Amino acid sequence: MHQTNSKLRFRTKSVLTGWSFVLLAVILIFVFYFYPMLQALILSFQTGTGSNLTFTGFDNYSRLLSDKTFIVSVKNTFIYLLVQVPLMIILALFISVLLNDSKLRFKGFFRTAIFLPCVTSLVAYSVVFKYLFSGNGLVNTMLLKLHLVSAPIEWITDPFWAKITIIIAITWRWTGYNMIFYLSALQNIDHSIYEAARIDGASASRQFFGITVPLLKPIILFTSITSTIGTLQLFDEVMNITKGGPGNATQTISQYIYNLSFKYAADFGYAATVSYSIVIMIALLSFIQFKVAGDKNG
Amino acid sequence: MAKSKRFFMYLFLSIAAIVSIFPFLWMVVSSTNKSVDVTRGRLLPGTHLLENLRKLLDTTDLQLSLMNSAKISITTTLLALLIASLAGYGFEVFRSRSKDIVFNILLLSMMIPFAALMIPLYRMFGQISNVFPWMGIDTMTSVILPTVTTAFLIFFFRQSTKMFPKELLEAGRMDGLSELGIFLRIYLPTMKTTYAAGAIITFMSSWNNYLWPLIVLQTPQTKTMPLLISTLGSGYAPDYGMIMIAIVIGTIPTALVFFVMQKQFVAGMIGSVK
Repeated sequence: MHQTNSKLRFRTKSVLTGWSFVLLAVILIFVFYFYPMLQALILSFQTGTGSNLTFTGFDNYSRLLSDKTFIVSVKNTFIYLLVQVPLMIILALFISVLLNDSKLRFKGFFRTAIFLPCVTSLVAYSVVFKYLFSGNGLVNTMLLKLHLVSAPIEWITDPFWAKITIIIAITWRWTGYNMIFYLSALQNIDHSIYEAARIDGASASRQFFGITVPLLKPIILFTSITSTIGTLQLFDEVMNITKGGPGNATQTISQYIYNLSFKYAADFGYAATVSYSIVIMIALLSFIQFKVAGDKNG
Repeated sequence: MAKSKRFFMYLFLSIAAIVSIFPFLWMVVSSTNKSVDVTRGRLLPGTHLLENLRKLLDTTDLQLSLMNSAKISITTTLLALLIASLAGYGFEVFRSRSKDIVFNILLLSMMIPFAALMIPLYRMFGQISNVFPWMGIDTMTSVILPTVTTAFLIFFFRQSTKMFPKELLEAGRMDGLSELGIFLRIYLPTMKTTYAAGAIITFMSSWNNYLWPLIVLQTPQTKTMPLLISTLGSGYAPDYGMIMIAIVIGTIPTALVFFVMQKQFVAGMIGSVK
């Protein structure tokens, strides 16, 4: 009896010690993530300027569907997502497979060089890209000198090319980041698998699609989800390269939320509704990505 | 056949490397040139570095922004490492079913977009300003608090704790160390590389943070480097040489951290997904 008592006391003590280690982190995440998340949900049912808010039910949500600026922002964000994320993942996969070649020389140099863009701040590289791609910027100068174009491309001021500029910029910044994940996963694959495939006469592309891609699937899923979440929140680049223009041609959802809250007459309620559209999109897209990858994994 | 394949391999990687490095080179070269030469596309180093720097110092409060950024990033990094490593250690060493559930709930916070948090957070700090102005809007605290704890870093430390030899833990208990003593005197020194990797990741994201400081820091006295660079770049008649030197200076800390601790950085990134 006495023994079980002291054992119990020891266990309670150890449980309490365990909780005390994690407590601060748990509190901070609840206060700065989950509580604001709930607040945003409540806000999304309110309307008004500044702090004069009143409940208006689903008004904000029905406003979303007829809000042209919102629809344009969603469209732009999805164009970035659908073009840039696959492009970047394929490029990063391809580079990492090349870098994983055991006979390749200058491996360290190539890896460092391609990873280098990750050290820049989003703002700093955005400003650099803005000038590189300006009307009389270096990119146009070089294209003209090489006779690849007959007139300068309106990278920043044309709705189509402005989107391309944003896509080029994000790809430059993040390809190396994704490459590192693939490279580490590739290093964990046993070389004998490839040797066996080679003996069986499998071509390089057969090896890539038959061995590399299936074995890397969990990492590809991880990077595609993080890239999707990142792209849905795209802000710094667009804000600093094009300011969302020309017109609203490059504006993203995050930027629209920022404008609604801090640029126009502060409509926090409606801005919160728009922000919940991103929450829903992230949840849906992550679910789909899990499903697609999960089904094939069996 | 094999030879031409090799050739294309090197060609492709070289192009990728040049494209990756070129904007850096251009930014460094441009910081030594006159604004006109930058627009003319001059690619050779010039002699205007000091002049550009002087102009930057005269027209902006560069030192103040650097100090603000340094204070915020260093404080965030130290606090983040302490909080996350305690939690990661706690979740792994004192494992229980209820803790696993809480841990999984914390992981969900990684899916929450910042866009959904910024308005409520802004209002929260607005209310705090009325009571405790020293931690409300426009203070260092308001920048640090919401970014100091991330589920990612807790996850990162928990994963690494799995590799921590449990015999050391038992040895510490036998020696009569308290649980906190074991953490501080055995775990912390053993896990140096994990802390280094965590520090790099946190320092970089804190130094480069833009959207939240843009919202919450409102006076010139609290401006951080990304905010300074952003305002320089938005002018109508930009002085390119001067802006480039500002960008170079703003990039040096993270580039330095990256080059000095490259191995830990890559290890840290990789460790995070294993």
